[in-house]
Amino acid sequence: MRDVAIVGAGMTRFGELWDASLRDLFVEAALAGLGSAGADRVDSIYVGNMAAGQFVGQEHLGPLMADHLGMHGVPAVRIESACASGGAALRMGFLDIASGQSDLVLVAGVEKMTDGADVTNVLATASDQETEVYHGITFPGLYAMIARLRMERGTTTEEDLHWIAVKNHRHGAMNPKAQFRREISVDDVARSTMVAEPLRMLHCSPVSDGAAAVLLAPLDQARRYTDRPVRIAGSGMATSTIALADRPDPADLDVVRLSAERAYAMAGMSPERVQLAEVHDCFTVAEVCCLEALHLANGSEASQAARTGYSALGGRVPVNTSGGLKSKGHPVGATGVAQVIELFDQLRGEAGERQVPDAHVGLAQNMGGSGASSVVHILERV
Amino acid sequence: MPSPRYTRDIPARYRLDAARCSACGHVALPRRTICSGCRSQDMEPVRLTRRGTVVTSTVIHVPPDEFTTEAPYAMAIIETPEGARLMAQVVDCQAEEVVPGMELSLEFRRIRREGHGGILCYGHKGVPVRRHEA
Repeated sequence: MRDVAIVGAGMTRFGELWDASLRDLFVEAALAGLGSAGADRVDSIYVGNMAAGQFVGQEHLGPLMADHLGMHGVPAVRIESACASGGAALRMGFLDIASGQSDLVLVAGVEKMTDGADVTNVLATASDQETEVYHGITFPGLYAMIARLRMERGTTTEEDLHWIAVKNHRHGAMNPKAQFRREISVDDVARSTMVAEPLRMLHCSPVSDGAAAVLLAPLDQARRYTDRPVRIAGSGMATSTIALADRPDPADLDVVRLSAERAYAMAGMSPERVQLAEVHDCFTVAEVCCLEALHLANGSEASQAARTGYSALGGRVPVNTSGGLKSKGHPVGATGVAQVIELFDQLRGEAGERQVPDAHVGLAQNMGGSGASSVVHILERV
Repeated sequence: MPSPRYTRDIPARYRLDAARCSACGHVALPRRTICSGCRSQDMEPVRLTRRGTVVTSTVIHVPPDEFTTEAPYAMAIIETPEGARLMAQVVDCQAEEVVPGMELSLEFRRIRREGHGGILCYGHKGVPVRRHEA
């Protein structure tokens, strides 16, 4: 296996982007990524996307996007793993370069969610249609069940969850690409509309449009494109049961632990080396579960991490310095790639007000469904 | 939901027909060919008892379209005495009463209606067991 580096990145702003179509978003992010590396053509393209077929009635995104980049002829395929589609696409690009098959790969995640589809129903297709959705559960409902179990056991309080939203909005307010660039208070969260008890609106990531792209190359060729490449030190993926009810402990995201352990093993690193992380806070409670499962904090430390500042900028392990899914936005197929762009910027010292001082190692964790799939990448400054 | 798809799911939804792994005892609803616990293919039919305990729960305030008129409603992961777990609504009580540990009976109810003039879809819902009622 060859060492793989990220040599370029570009993304759209995230938000309700009424003037941009699915393909517009993809082309904007891809062009920015290609331009940042001075590249014109790639050997292959991986498109991370969850549900364009349902959101805008468009499948077959590989050729569509190659065509719209003027690169028809290039191998291109869409990769799907629900909300982990972006991370899964990155992993495919990583394996393509590592194997020696390609020397320059474009990985771009994209989702267009605001063109009128019933978003709740589309997102619910990531859970089990036959045994879960049929009975009336929603995605927030599944994570609410995880939250309630943790609260019942006394490991997490409602206020712990409020603080995660507050912390991520504080970070996102400093991110020019974020959908919600404003701070919120614990009171704002506590008084927001109830969605699925105990989760309120401000515990939930929003509906967003957006795209994010990175360019990958072998590390030993990386300096053709940039003087500051970032190495992908580890890549791990795992799956768990599709239905939440089928997990021995529904409050334990075993899939995150397994994907992380694989990534740590490949990188030859222990969790103590991680200086910052982007984790999949689709709902606030997920951030708590992920910190534990990634071995970045233990039980009560993980629950209180946002409140104590442990996971805030300036803390022991800043988490979601981009604003996370909560504040930056969550165009589902783009999220996994956008997480890695935040690490790319941080490890190159280009994160502006959000910069984590002297960052060498960062981790990104991207989740599909109610914890049915997870992809973890560990990035290192070289 | 097209009716062939609905018809296929009737054994699990109407009768709670599940499968128990002869090797490790894991119970799956609906039936599966391969045990998710130990990968044995020696699965025997078992019909679940119509009662269970709440493992975890929530109250849905923002529902899918088909359930708009029912919100807010309680949902729970329910474990039956056989160890099978299923997702179901919990009804005939205040939604906020439904908490982990609550004992339920599973009753045959209408779950949803498929649009205007579409088929009616049935299955099981949890109903609290009230021990001290006269």
